[in-house]
Amino acid sequence: MTALVDLFEYGLDSPICLTWELTYACNLSCTHCLSSSGRRDPRELSTAEAKAVIDELEAMQVFYVNIGGGEPTVRPDFWELLDYATAHHVGVKFSTNGVRITPENARRLATNDYVDVQISLDGATAEVNDAVRGPGSYDTAMRAMANLADAGMKNFKLSVVCTRHNIPQLDEFKAIADRYGAQLRLTRLRPSGRGADVWDELHPRPEQQRELYDWLVAHGEGVLTGDSFFHLSAFGDPLPGLNLCGAGRVVCLIDPVGDVYACPFAIHDEFLAGNVRGEGGFRDVWRESALFRRLREPQQGGACTSCQFFDTCKGGCMAAKFFTGLPLDGPDPECVQGYGESLLTNRGAIPKASGDHSHQKVRVSIGRPPVSLCEESPLAGAR
Amino acid sequence: MVFDLDRAWDLHPQVSVRPEPFGALLYHFGTRKLSFLKDRGLLSVVQALASAPTARAACAAAGASPDDIPRYARALTVLARGDMLTERRPAE
Repeated sequence: MTALVDLFEYGLDSPICLTWELTYACNLSCTHCLSSSGRRDPRELSTAEAKAVIDELEAMQVFYVNIGGGEPTVRPDFWELLDYATAHHVGVKFSTNGVRITPENARRLATNDYVDVQISLDGATAEVNDAVRGPGSYDTAMRAMANLADAGMKNFKLSVVCTRHNIPQLDEFKAIADRYGAQLRLTRLRPSGRGADVWDELHPRPEQQRELYDWLVAHGEGVLTGDSFFHLSAFGDPLPGLNLCGAGRVVCLIDPVGDVYACPFAIHDEFLAGNVRGEGGFRDVWRESALFRRLREPQQGGACTSCQFFDTCKGGCMAAKFFTGLPLDGPDPECVQGYGESLLTNRGAIPKASGDHSHQKVRVSIGRPPVSLCEESPLAGAR
Repeated sequence: MVFDLDRAWDLHPQVSVRPEPFGALLYHFGTRKLSFLKDRGLLSVVQALASAPTARAACAAAGASPDDIPRYARALTVLARGDMLTERRPAE
């Protein structure tokens, strides 16, 4: 009998789920932000353009979208787009740091069966969390979860990016999730966006990978992972989930300006398939782009093919390899058999992410008051 | 939920079905679970459930041969257990 994963390898008419970063604007500046968010991009899709994308997703029967950012809720039309999507049979799961999850908004969310909320928290204590996500972010997330629980929202998600500092807190995260009637979701730290700058000091140590794997096996399907730890399957039995790199096959990313990438962790020209503003819209990008067609061909294992665990780990995560400067047909940088580590010491140049929307921390004074753009450039406002 | 081939069934109202080259994907907006149908024949059966007096009749309406019935019954049982199907009172 053909396994489902083999059917998926050749791609689907429409993605199973799709990540849509609505804005690069964010109130936080997390050190590991995979989309290097902070400032809004002026080319961001308008409300009308975003609704046109939703219309396409409805026609393509995309069951739900994972909305993120940036912080999606800071877009003034966020709630309008949320209602528009769910009214058009496109379910929404959105990731937030909780800044706009007021009691009122929580009540609104709790009444919509087609909405799921994911609160990001990267430490079970303020100390561990705020070191990565910024001062006050722990309190914001906890307040948001309390508001959701009080509003009667059931089974929303507590989403944690696993780092070497919070892997010792897995049980505490589970306790927090249980306290608010939420489900815990653990995902992998990727060296994408600003994550590339902190990956070396934040990614789990080799012995912690084992600890994480054992913890995931013990908790089974009760803890979600977004299939992000399939590289750990080389420890033994595969983890629940597809255990397949879904990039361009079952998932993809639409970024705030409408660019379509193979996956949320691969914002780089190398993985850019097209733009939803193009003539054929999102549908043509998904179905016709040369990049996605290539990703749907059987992948070569390269150096990994001779490894006995290749069938379960499939060489790991494409984005993790790319942004650590490793070849795509070799082992994952966090290969649990240790084949990635030796390569990291001799790695080549590390590709930079294509866009950086980080808040500018350093403002350079140029000795005269700032002038407006129109004074600086005769073309300002003309495009 | 116990599946009975000789009763009337329907897709759960919160389930969405999307045909794919290999068969179909099913998504349940309530349980947020994804499921799949591994061939187009099974998809025809599932699509015929709502208008057939029994699941067995739906198989026949979808052109299933008697040899296919046990296989389809197994698949429908799994779907019913996963809350993808609900039992329905047949129309009078």
